[in-house]
Amino acid sequence: MTTFGWPEFLFILRAAAWTLLLTVVAFAIGSLGGGALAIMRLSQSRFLSLAARIYILIIQSIPVLMVLFMSYYGLSLFGIELPAFFAASASLAIYVSAYLAEIWRGSIESVPFQQWEASSSLALTRTQQYRYVIIPQAIRISLPPTVGFLVQLVKNTSIVSVVGFVELSRAGQLVNNATFRPFQVFAAVAAIYFLICFPLSRLSRHLEGVMHARRGH
Amino acid sequence: MPAVVIEDVHKRFGSVEVLKGVSLNVEAGQVVAIIGRSGSGKSTLLRCINGLEVCQSGRIEVAGHVLDQDPRRLRELRKDVGIVFQSYNLFPHLTVGENIMLAPRIAKGLEAADVRKLASDVLTQVGLSEKFDSYPDNLSGGQQQRVAIARSLAMQPKVMLFDEVTSALDPELTGEVLIVMENLARGGMTMLLVTHEMSFARNVADTTVFMHQGKIWEAGASSEIFAAPKTIELKSFLSAGTH
Amino acid sequence: MRIQLQFEPVIAELDLILHGILLTIGLSAGAIILGSALAILLVGFKSLAGRWAGALVDTYVEVMRNTPFLVQLFMIFFGLPLLGFRMAGTEAALLAMTLNLAAYSTEIIRAGVDSIHKSQTEAGLSLALTRLQVFRYIVLKPAFARVWPALSSQFVLMLLASSICSFISVPELSGAAAIIEQRTFRSFETYIIVTCTYLLLALSLKALLFWLGRRVFPPTSGLARIEAKRSTRR
Repeated sequence: MTTFGWPEFLFILRAAAWTLLLTVVAFAIGSLGGGALAIMRLSQSRFLSLAARIYILIIQSIPVLMVLFMSYYGLSLFGIELPAFFAASASLAIYVSAYLAEIWRGSIESVPFQQWEASSSLALTRTQQYRYVIIPQAIRISLPPTVGFLVQLVKNTSIVSVVGFVELSRAGQLVNNATFRPFQVFAAVAAIYFLICFPLSRLSRHLEGVMHARRGH
Repeated sequence: MPAVVIEDVHKRFGSVEVLKGVSLNVEAGQVVAIIGRSGSGKSTLLRCINGLEVCQSGRIEVAGHVLDQDPRRLRELRKDVGIVFQSYNLFPHLTVGENIMLAPRIAKGLEAADVRKLASDVLTQVGLSEKFDSYPDNLSGGQQQRVAIARSLAMQPKVMLFDEVTSALDPELTGEVLIVMENLARGGMTMLLVTHEMSFARNVADTTVFMHQGKIWEAGASSEIFAAPKTIELKSFLSAGTH
Repeated sequence: MRIQLQFEPVIAELDLILHGILLTIGLSAGAIILGSALAILLVGFKSLAGRWAGALVDTYVEVMRNTPFLVQLFMIFFGLPLLGFRMAGTEAALLAMTLNLAAYSTEIIRAGVDSIHKSQTEAGLSLALTRLQVFRYIVLKPAFARVWPALSSQFVLMLLASSICSFISVPELSGAAAIIEQRTFRSFETYIIVTCTYLLLALSLKALLFWLGRRVFPPTSGLARIEAKRSTRR
């Protein structure tokens, strides 16, 4: 049994770096998926819209752990065995895409309908309306909840150890198994998560305040 | 022993002094109208009387209670002093009857059956007995304000304060509220009302007080104040019409 | 390449799955009830007890919301026994879920309470009610009505988060899945059954909470003014 010293702490820090990388990659891929889903959701085609709705509803009604397992074991059915990092990223990206799609759809629908009226009265096509009038405003509206969701993502990376990936929480578990100092180990782990998440939470709240001031609430 | 004694009251909001030495005595059964421009301190003065605002210096005594910040004494005071607000402030999740019965039941500890009778009596007094089980949302502004008056009356107060109670109402709805207030006055209730309804002040209030820049500028019998204003400020206020 | 799915071995373990479902529901229901009660206490404590109380509650809420549930679970499961508490997996799970949900619910309910205009409080105080009476009779129910949708979402999220308790070998639904997977080697079949079960549980809870909201906070009573921010562009 070792003590909880610097080597152990550095091990945890390195895992934290992987957590951050995983977050960034999952968010990047998930954003692409989320954007596509939002477009599908809002499209005139009832089929596309329905398909997106069902996908989003399912992902939002099952644990992230299940998304992880389903995509991991689903892929392995087809003989695809991804290395742990990619399996984790891909699974998380699926989770991210559904939630971001909802957030962004909500943001687009929050743009006051008068903007639609005004822009169509100026004879803009639907695509032009989206591009020049609606999306720019929707982006601003979507910033606080998107940043807020980023916090959720960081926290949810904690479960990917089930596919064999050692991120921050798993590192904590391993160090605790070696040192039997749960309070110190998990306090350190929690502190690192807190240092990542708290500024993001504050940022999200700040953005929300800025937004409300702009809209004159 | 006057019902309300206000002695040299000063009140500041931050660095702005809103009440600059106000003194006023109100006898039991007297009806006092307080008029003046916005910002003259009228509502603030009223809210000091039941402790919703704290004055930095001066003394207020109402219905035998001396105003201080002790919560228990403040509650006892508020059992004897009722207030009606400009925006009625009814509780939206309770029916009209429940709105009225709440405080007598839990603040005064009255029995349920007595409280029910009390509530239906005051509701009849304001002419809305059929609305006992309605929700405030389904009532007009004038009706809601009358319920608000009934709610305060149910506490059987010795003094009633009215803070611009008709200002938020559509003109055709103010009449029903003013009638209720007039009946209260004739019944001998001690009333202080901040109001813009000049004809009500002239005809129903015994005394009218004109406030200007945080002070009582002129005070006297309503008939005299309106017929023969002495100061320039009151003259210009009256000639400018209601605000 | 043909994919061959065999569900029979998994179906054979049905009793494990059923026990898992019961435990998931039990843990979630327990956390929802206890967590909400704790949240109401914390919100009341914060609004009635002064600035230091408020700071304490805020700290608790921020720490719980900015750290993963898994880490909180580990802290409780591995840490509390060192302090002398004997803690089985299920007990640790319930405690962790309760504390976590309470933090989120406190934030939500507090927002609801803050949204109640102070004129309501003034009216209550003017009727000689104590601050506690004002909180209980005038503020709490309308605040709850306003935030019921957000609170319901949080409850459903907690149900889904119960799956994380499998990390400390609690035999709720995900834990049962892990055991079945080990025994039968039918990973995909196991997890698709369990996933569908979660889907059913989550949708049922959503419906139940919606129905409950309609009953306890009827829209006709002028309780909740939900600002309809949706545009009507179609």
